[in-house]
Amino acid sequence: MSENKIDNNGLSFSQPSEVDLQKRDFLVKATAATGAVGAAAVAVPFIGSMLPSERAKAAGAPVEVDISKLKPGEKMTAEWRGQPVWIVRRTPEMLDKLAKHDDVLSDPNLEVPQQPEYCKNKARAIKPEYAVMLGTCTHLGCSPNDNFAITADWDGGFVCPCHGSKFDLSGRVLKGSPAPTNLVVPPHQYLTETTILIGDDKKAEA
Amino acid sequence: MAAPKKVETTGLLGWIDTRFPLTSTIKGHLTEYYAPKNFNFWYFFGSLALLVLVLQIVTGIFLTMNYKPDAELAFASVEYIMRDVFGGNIIRYMHSTGASMFFVVVYLHMFRGIIYGSYRTPRELIWLFGVGIFLVLMGEAFFGYLLPWGQMSYWGAQVIVNLFSTVPFIGPDLSEWLRGDYLVSDATLNRFFAFHVIALPLVLLGLVAVHIVALHEVGSNNPDGVEIKAKKDKSTGIPLDGIPFHPYYSVKDLVGVVAFLMVFFAIVFFMPEMGGYFLEANNFVPADPLKTPAHIAPVWYFTPYYSILRAVPPIGISQFPGVVAMGLSVVAFAFLPWLDKSPVKSIRYRGALYKRWLAAFVISWVLLGYLGTIPGDAWGQFGSWLGRADRATVVARICSVVYFAFFALMPWYTKKDQTKPVPERVTH
Repeated sequence: MSENKIDNNGLSFSQPSEVDLQKRDFLVKATAATGAVGAAAVAVPFIGSMLPSERAKAAGAPVEVDISKLKPGEKMTAEWRGQPVWIVRRTPEMLDKLAKHDDVLSDPNLEVPQQPEYCKNKARAIKPEYAVMLGTCTHLGCSPNDNFAITADWDGGFVCPCHGSKFDLSGRVLKGSPAPTNLVVPPHQYLTETTILIGDDKKAEA
Repeated sequence: MAAPKKVETTGLLGWIDTRFPLTSTIKGHLTEYYAPKNFNFWYFFGSLALLVLVLQIVTGIFLTMNYKPDAELAFASVEYIMRDVFGGNIIRYMHSTGASMFFVVVYLHMFRGIIYGSYRTPRELIWLFGVGIFLVLMGEAFFGYLLPWGQMSYWGAQVIVNLFSTVPFIGPDLSEWLRGDYLVSDATLNRFFAFHVIALPLVLLGLVAVHIVALHEVGSNNPDGVEIKAKKDKSTGIPLDGIPFHPYYSVKDLVGVVAFLMVFFAIVFFMPEMGGYFLEANNFVPADPLKTPAHIAPVWYFTPYYSILRAVPPIGISQFPGVVAMGLSVVAFAFLPWLDKSPVKSIRYRGALYKRWLAAFVISWVLLGYLGTIPGDAWGQFGSWLGRADRATVVARICSVVYFAFFALMPWYTKKDQTKPVPERVTH
């Protein structure tokens, strides 16, 4: 029950005879919960605005690469999603070396799925001669440098300038490297004998 | 209506004081803030850090007048500032030198806190706010380093953002969210600019404010580590070993400012690149997402922690342990108030055991810092008896262990340490 009182300014107000603390507690919690839901809803556009935009997503389209001018023992670099994609044309000598140094590799049998199923083979490629891989180190994303000169204890491959990870010419990581896994082989397919489509491996409609 | 506040001042000052606590603030924080009378050389670096903060804000404002946060334009706009804007080269070199000098004075300020036990009760919160400032400063430096869009900017950001992709489960999505793209790109540059010029500076200013408010609440520590508030003049209530901050320490700090600015401008004018330690050579090449420079290393103030990152081997196929170790090496400072069990605060009254540990820590930090600037195989390899391990990596691993042992074993060696008796009053 309540009765009317007059405050200092001469205004009349009603004063409850007793405060319902349970009700007040409920109202405080309900207000806080509603506020929290509102704050979470407002956070969505702000956090979402930092995700890749539609334009950034669209830039990830597949690219066609002409490999007709690539000479044996050489590497060319294509750009896909802004990242370097290497195509290495390996000589028979290089392929021979690659088959014989499983003992120095972390994952010679390609257990970690860093390549599409159709590249889970000895040469790690659709055509053994041409290796296709992303030229970004699986450690922290630097781009390793070429070191194709074969020496007594080096069969040719790549060395990352950032933290010294070493990879062979199939992009397989050598033991003792900070990089945990082999280089990624992107999805790709041959459109013709000398044209590779990188970023898409679905067979084109005939 | 409430009666007007009674103030002792008259005229304009009196008018302000009735409406704003001007005189009382000046008294409380400057003319009647009593600091211990025995401050020494080490006590310059707090005020110098404040000076560098102001320098960075002012030079930063003027740089943004000509800088363009766009991947196509950023590199050229920095060159434009350097070549065509009147005074642009001085302003930019003040900003880049200021970044390194900020870390120089902050590291010396932190070292002061460590040797005199300034993090001990009742100053834990000052210390925690300080660690917060240190973390934000590192973020500020990292975001700022991308802005010139040079090769080192680009690949440094690539490596650091990829650190987040090693977080189990959410890592790859997290780093994509941070970059706003599948690789470091224009979107990344744009947001780093926003963090660098507005988000983090606001946080930094807030933290500096609470750092100082907390300091003035409990009062400054001193080289003897004794509480001056324990011995007060009976009639005035002023600490017997205290002197007003202004004019005594404001004048002392002015001497520090003059000496600091002499060094600062000698660097700005004559060796702004500091032999590649303040500005790295590769950053004079525009960013190229397809080619990593032959040797990448962070700027000197990050290298000790970067060395720890490199030193920790992956577990299974996960890089996460190294990333965690690096994060821990920075955050470890926050735990000092609770790790130190010594009955004394200052190094003056500690025993040989603590001093040895501290020396080992400093040596490890410096060595790690140096190793972080050179490639992991720069010192060649050990023979087959050590599995042909890289010498530099092995040294970095030993230093990392010492670095963490300094923190982890602190409760033990500070308790066991033979301390000397602490005087009642400050010694001079």
